[in-house]
Amino acid sequence: MSEAQATPRVITLRGRKVVGGKAAAEALVSTQTISGWGGINEREGSVIELHHQLNGISFAGKVLVFPGAKGSSGWSAYWHMLRLNGTAPAAMIFTRMTTKIALGAVVSRVPTITDLDGDVFRLIATGDHVEVDADAGLVTITKR
Amino acid sequence: MRLTDHEQAMLDGGHGEAAARAMDLLVRYGEALGAERLVETRNVAGAFNASTPSVREIAEDSLDRVFSELNLDSDDVVEIPHVAVPTCQLITGIDNDNFATQGVDPALADLQLRSEQYLGKRGINLMCTCTPYQVGNVPVMGEHCAWMESSAVIYANSVLGARTNVEGKESTGAAALTGRIPYWGLHCPENRFARHLIRVETEVDDMAEWGVLGYFTGFAVEEEIPAFEGLADQLSLVKLKHFGAAAASSGGVELYHMPGITPEAASLDAAFGPNARPEPVVYGAAERRRTWERLQNASDRKLDFVMLGCPHNSIEQMALIAELLDGKRIHADTQLWVHTPRAIRQVADRSGYSAIIEAAGGVVMSDTCPSISRKVPAGTRVIATDSAKQAHYLPAIAKVQGWFGSVEQCVTSAVAGEWLGVVQ
Repeated sequence: MSEAQATPRVITLRGRKVVGGKAAAEALVSTQTISGWGGINEREGSVIELHHQLNGISFAGKVLVFPGAKGSSGWSAYWHMLRLNGTAPAAMIFTRMTTKIALGAVVSRVPTITDLDGDVFRLIATGDHVEVDADAGLVTITKR
Repeated sequence: MRLTDHEQAMLDGGHGEAAARAMDLLVRYGEALGAERLVETRNVAGAFNASTPSVREIAEDSLDRVFSELNLDSDDVVEIPHVAVPTCQLITGIDNDNFATQGVDPALADLQLRSEQYLGKRGINLMCTCTPYQVGNVPVMGEHCAWMESSAVIYANSVLGARTNVEGKESTGAAALTGRIPYWGLHCPENRFARHLIRVETEVDDMAEWGVLGYFTGFAVEEEIPAFEGLADQLSLVKLKHFGAAAASSGGVELYHMPGITPEAASLDAAFGPNARPEPVVYGAAERRRTWERLQNASDRKLDFVMLGCPHNSIEQMALIAELLDGKRIHADTQLWVHTPRAIRQVADRSGYSAIIEAAGGVVMSDTCPSISRKVPAGTRVIATDSAKQAHYLPAIAKVQGWFGSVEQCVTSAVAGEWLGVVQ
């Protein structure tokens, strides 16, 4: 009984494709939205906003799990530069749709998915291995 | 997405390669949003100028490559035609006259001039300000726009009743060449009703107080739409400009309703429409004080740099700064830069305000701001500003300490060479 109720090691979630493609990497989870312009260093792929829970942490090559975008309309231009600089996340999972996150995901061309059928902030922890198959609308989480 | 025949023809290349790339981006973007169609727009405000070090390499190839990559997300370089609809350039990274004072590489200033010639030839109006609504681009109620610049978007939606989402560099590039933008979000009347109620129980009077209320609002509602009650102040463009810029910095607010003040909702009932009216979030004396304190990211009082004019100053703000500085001298160890659109600068020059500010040792800048340019005077450790938006961004961007206060506190402190502001 207790074993059946324990969080399984592998969890599969279904959602909606925002940008197609597949990627797998270690998860980096932020429960706070992220600014583009003024909020990240696009050369390092890291968060620079003062007081932010990811301040100083790089998301380059990670599966970034976050609520979405905030702040300036330079958001997409900064995510665009992440792609050109090779410092973009491997994939993105977000929960709140805005024009900033949609356009930023499109121009970063990173596999991106939203509207998942589970609470990603409860089910995914930083360090978990996460596979994103955006075309199929699937996220597979392997707990660390 | 459903496309009209004209849109499909553009996508298929019938109206040129650049329009096809623009439509391809709009379709990818619209599908990412979950939009069902596009909407016509004849008012685009975007960022097209090539003036940053990261753009320089791309610009060495060609300015068509800059537009193709950064404004259309196209892998191929396409020849960029004249824009299809009225389009303006927002703020840039370089003041064409004061680039040496900014510490900008002259080669980049030269690139900006070349880029401007390129854009002007294609019909892009070089307003070069974050506040197009102060210099002639004033959308009317209900007008569908494709604007970047979060502080301009919140102003256009809320104060003017125009309809725009916060667009980006690529979507405004595509809109300029097609006259289309996804019909989603704030273009749709059903998405323009409030979800949060903020009850103001303390006096909000001058520009700085409005900035603080805006900063509080962004944290309180994040990117959702608030309505307000309890406002008693006589409002103005300047106050709402600062309020909106702050709310769009601490959160992602793109639209608010102030019944009796803003045009879309004459009453709280109209503001909430079919949405349930929630319990109010109270903004009282304690919330005001906490928000003022939250805007102070400094401990050293010796002041190196004072930045005024974010968003860019109106002519009456220029007049006030001149009045405060008349006959005074800014401290030898402190620099003061005042930012205003070039069109307003001309009026300030003609009215004698620029001369008074410069005689006191200040610099009047146009076209840019320190957060956009990432340029502050060399050796700056501590800054002060009258802008909640700049106080939010500049300490992180320039790695400096930042004080926030009223324009009077900022000017008095610039003269004293130390921060004299107090949170009351």
